[in-house]
Amino acid sequence: MNKTRTAILALTALLLAPAASAQSLSDGSIKVGVLTDLSGVYSELSGQGSVKAAQMAAEDFMKANRAYAGKVSVIGVDHQNKADVAGNKAAEMIDRQNVDMLVDMPTSSAALAATEVARQKKTVAMVVTGATTALTNEKCNKYTFHYAYDNYMLANGTGTAVTKRGGSSWYIIYPNYAFGQDLNRQMVSAVQENGGKLAAPSDATPFPNTDFSSYLLKAQSVRPKIFGTMQAGNDLVNVVKQYNEFGLKKQGIGLGIGLLFETDVAALGQDAFAGAIATVPWFWNFDARSRQWAGRFEKTFGKKPTWAQAGVYSATLQYLNAVARARSDNSDAVVRALEGHSFDDFFARNATIRPQDHRVLLDVQVVQVKGKSESKEAGDIYKRLNTIPAAKAFMPLSENKCRM
Amino acid sequence: MNTQLLLIQVFNGLVNGAFYALLSLGLAVIFGMLRIVNFMHGALYMLGAFAAFALGQLLGLGFWPSLILAPLLVGLLGVVLERGLLSRLYGLEPSYNLLLTFGLTLLTQDLVKQVMLSRFAVSSAPYSPPEVLSGVVNLGFVVFPKYRLFVIALSLVVCLVTWFVIEKTRVGAIIRASTENPVVTRAFGINVSGWVTGVFAVGAALAGLAGVLAAPIYSVEPYMGAELIITTFAVVVIGGMGSILGSVVTGFAVGVLAAVGAAVYPPIANTLVFILMALVLLVRPSGLFGLPEGAR
Repeated sequence: MNKTRTAILALTALLLAPAASAQSLSDGSIKVGVLTDLSGVYSELSGQGSVKAAQMAAEDFMKANRAYAGKVSVIGVDHQNKADVAGNKAAEMIDRQNVDMLVDMPTSSAALAATEVARQKKTVAMVVTGATTALTNEKCNKYTFHYAYDNYMLANGTGTAVTKRGGSSWYIIYPNYAFGQDLNRQMVSAVQENGGKLAAPSDATPFPNTDFSSYLLKAQSVRPKIFGTMQAGNDLVNVVKQYNEFGLKKQGIGLGIGLLFETDVAALGQDAFAGAIATVPWFWNFDARSRQWAGRFEKTFGKKPTWAQAGVYSATLQYLNAVARARSDNSDAVVRALEGHSFDDFFARNATIRPQDHRVLLDVQVVQVKGKSESKEAGDIYKRLNTIPAAKAFMPLSENKCRM
Repeated sequence: MNTQLLLIQVFNGLVNGAFYALLSLGLAVIFGMLRIVNFMHGALYMLGAFAAFALGQLLGLGFWPSLILAPLLVGLLGVVLERGLLSRLYGLEPSYNLLLTFGLTLLTQDLVKQVMLSRFAVSSAPYSPPEVLSGVVNLGFVVFPKYRLFVIALSLVVCLVTWFVIEKTRVGAIIRASTENPVVTRAFGINVSGWVTGVFAVGAALAGLAGVLAAPIYSVEPYMGAELIITTFAVVVIGGMGSILGSVVTGFAVGVLAAVGAAVYPPIANTLVFILMALVLLVRPSGLFGLPEGAR
């Protein structure tokens, strides 16, 4: 009798073992919440494409980890680029929809609001599209990770590259809100550290703004080597359109761009941007691995991925891998599995997650926009100038203000 | 700031002034004649720009044919709007047509956004000036895009013609009579509602024209009218609601002021017009060129 019981118990334990050792999931599932802009100015560069990318990551993860088959799901929620909406939606997703992790979060102010909510509710948040360095500095917290890029990396990459290539004097304009002010500060110090100077103090422009002619005329009279614009999205499109209209390039004034997305180039045409230098974490035809993933994305989504969308895939997959390593979706356990982790995927090269501030370090690419005649195929817009290694691309810990 | 830069900005301001003038002219005509506060004016401007882009993409039409066709299309839409919707609200409180036109604006913006994304796969469309007007010209004191000079010139002509027609011709007299006293005017055998529709269509076409002119300068996107319309309303109020001359003069003046403001102290550029509006309303509540209520 006793023997039988022991045998049954042993057998049951044996049968349960694989499942038990694979996971202890809070509600039996992992839910990824893509908090993004589904309707506004950043919907094209993130939006539905980001949701699609997260879904691809979930599927790939479940295929590779049979124990999690059918257990990962993805939802996409619109935060309208507004901080208050982002905070509310984050709370709702975590409390009511049992989301285990938030990802994407374009617009710095919205990202700051959502990560604050995630901190209070002990939920992992991976900011991919928000840019402000505050996320890994004064506003850093245990549950927030900053993926793909930030203002320091943009300014450090572009400011250094452009200044070293002869752009010794700059006149910079920036949109007057958190992102623009931060990016202007970083860009000015990057230019100065590399021996460049400001031909005139930077000007803050209203945000949003359509007409930049006053600043372009000022640039004409100040005659810097480089006209630097820290505008993003549609404002950037307007600046560059008018930069061409006023013939600044012909007058020998180059263009330095703080933040450039593939969709901006598409909106205006490659030739308008030709020659401009920018820093990006990734682009779709970077190499064979990237092309292969981008091809899969394009097949299901109908468009080539932006680097923001590719970053959402990578961040989602790295989170899920961490859950698998931790064998739990408990946030504290996942954070432990993420901190200090080194990895390399098609998006994040030579990547490490810095434990002190949760900055995800990765190699980044300094690129120059090709003219239409130089591109070999549709969407071939970047020529790689150089790669900045992960260790040099981001803000060093010595400057970091994070107290976690 | 030196005097040359100031001079340059005054000149540059005329370009934005041209857009404000064209738009507020349309608003003033519609308000003056029909007493409609047309919140949809910004959307009509955007539709003008979008029509120029779409005509180019679908029919391969260049800038010049679009400059004629797009305003006509927007004017035609104006007829449909006035006949189909707005005319049903005459006699009701003004807030009804305000709400209607505001709602239509939201609808139009989202519709255009959908079309742009699904049909043309862009959320903001490229549009270039015609070959002969591209490039810059050295004016001695500044290097300026040729196309912008053309915008200033054409807007001035259109504003003058509109002012002349309304103030100095028989057609203008009929229009003014139809709105001052429709009953008597009708007794003279004049088709008042026909004229009213015509006036609305012309106002809409003016917005459409401004849109086509804007397409090579600003990016063509669904919300391009939303921001502009607020400044334009301020221009109309400063100039005096319904005053044709007032809207044109104030339009150019505000453009110049904003450009100078942007050069001297950038953060104030967008606020300047509202400060001006507040000041003007304190001194002259009916606007610079407006007649006091009751004097009409």
